[in-house]
Amino acid sequence: MNWRLWRAQIAAILRLELRKTLLGKRAIAVYVLAASAVLLFGMHSIAAGRGWIRCRADEDFLLYAGFFQLFYLRLAIFFGCVFVFMNLFRGEVLEKTLHHYLLAPVRREVLAAGKFLSGLLASVLLFGAGTALSFLIVCSHVAQIRHQEFMAEPLPAHLAAYLGVTVLACLGYGSVFLVMGLLFRNPMIPAVGVLIWESITVFVPPLLKKISVIFWLESLCPVQVPFGGAGKIFAISGEPASPWLAVPGLLALTAVLVLLAALRLRRLEINYGAE
Amino acid sequence: MSADRIIFEDVSKFYGEVLGVNRVDLSIPPGITTLVGPNGSGKTTLMNLMTGLVRPNRGRVQVLGLCPEDSERLFRLLGYCTQYDSFPRHLTGYEFLCFYLRLHGTSHGAADRLVWQALERLGMTEAAHRRVAAYSKGMRQRIKLAQAICHQPQVLVLDEPLNGLDPMARAEMIALFRELASAGRHLVISSHILHEVDKISDQVVMLTSGYVVAEGQIQAVRSEMHQEYPMQILVRCDKPALLAARVFEQDHVVEVKMHKDRRGLLVSTRSGDQFYELLERLVLEGALTVESVAPADEDVYSVYEYLIGSEGGGAA
Repeated sequence: MNWRLWRAQIAAILRLELRKTLLGKRAIAVYVLAASAVLLFGMHSIAAGRGWIRCRADEDFLLYAGFFQLFYLRLAIFFGCVFVFMNLFRGEVLEKTLHHYLLAPVRREVLAAGKFLSGLLASVLLFGAGTALSFLIVCSHVAQIRHQEFMAEPLPAHLAAYLGVTVLACLGYGSVFLVMGLLFRNPMIPAVGVLIWESITVFVPPLLKKISVIFWLESLCPVQVPFGGAGKIFAISGEPASPWLAVPGLLALTAVLVLLAALRLRRLEINYGAE
Repeated sequence: MSADRIIFEDVSKFYGEVLGVNRVDLSIPPGITTLVGPNGSGKTTLMNLMTGLVRPNRGRVQVLGLCPEDSERLFRLLGYCTQYDSFPRHLTGYEFLCFYLRLHGTSHGAADRLVWQALERLGMTEAAHRRVAAYSKGMRQRIKLAQAICHQPQVLVLDEPLNGLDPMARAEMIALFRELASAGRHLVISSHILHEVDKISDQVVMLTSGYVVAEGQIQAVRSEMHQEYPMQILVRCDKPALLAARVFEQDHVVEVKMHKDRRGLLVSTRSGDQFYELLERLVLEGALTVESVAPADEDVYSVYEYLIGSEGGGAA
């Protein structure tokens, strides 16, 4: 076990991959998705400040919770992870650059770990910043309208919970799309399949809900959002999972999927001509 | 023995139903070994097999006693200049090499020194801080070669390394290959350009349609073919008619052609050794004076033509 060498190799992989992920053209879509929360709540705050809309503190936090669970987790972070993690290997195959890694004295397991870490760091950096900034915008806006109630809220705990859920979402979705990028030639098709499944989990029995990332993430959110609208008739409610189960569960899922990616990478052959 | 050789034992590789190489047995010693064959003959597949980029469906490959799957050890002693002309975006030539050496676990200072050494050797120091994306094809070829040699490997696998280089650069590269080979390294090179192969190779491996059709030193390969393709020897002397008369008496001589200027003969023989003995005897007897003697088809081009022929349209 040459931990020192592996650490140096992972550091080299991180340097290059972070540069590619954060500065490449593909990053624009991820920046837009990550910034969506800040833009939306920034506009909401401006509109409320100028008196164009009327706000209540509890409604604003519920609005934020709804936005975070229904849009930011399910779409923004989901697609952000699609862009970042699927391209870690699939993008390199399409650009015919993966062989540069495979021709270096790097164990493929170390390569899988380094690439996953780079994707995780990039996505956590962008979406973590989006989550924190948008939440702080809501807080500052609420502080202006209802100072006393605002001070009574456990805001730091909520912010920490939202940030924790963001990190776990990047871990969970990231590992799923890392594997997909290695298993499928066109990983967008299975990604759409995952999106559909993640969207319909609200309508499936409690046991099946557990075969999704979003169920565990929503269980950890500090504010539960009631399911409304016509779909309420078909929705099947389930007890949220305990954080003691959800967090280790998501971490274990990530570990298994990264291991699967490493095993797949071990058997990977370079045949760009077939792509 | 296998610790200083690249060994292929009954190796076959199929891409689905498409044959890459079939039943290849090779034992490649140090020096320059050139893989010669038309497009699709299996040259790149052999190189990818010895570097672990693809795995054999059957058989075994070993590089100096190492299995290609053992990338952590293999790539400390092997450098591969692939045919793929693509690089990580945004990197300069210097950063590209530095990144590769950092993957080796080389410290920043040592990596910097090795990078400049390699860049200097390939004449790329001035372009070091320019982005690879802005390089010409020849410069990209050089930076790939620099990457292959920068960690000073024992084995170099070079897929069409002279592609895109101007004649001056080709001459420099050939000199570099010779220098590396003379230091006891293994160089496995694929090439279409047969007259350059002739200049640089210690041994050749000829491939067609995934099969090895000949291997070894070119003279040895050629002499093995003498029954099917008699050797052609060009002799320039003062009495070609006398020589023609004497060689016609020999059983091993198949054909003799007089040169247009009547001062030379092209002799086709199944035994070069016996012909040279006869010629030597005639000279010692004072029967004729020889200006020059040269094999006319003991080069890669002729052997390629005989063995692979019109299939090798891509070769020059």
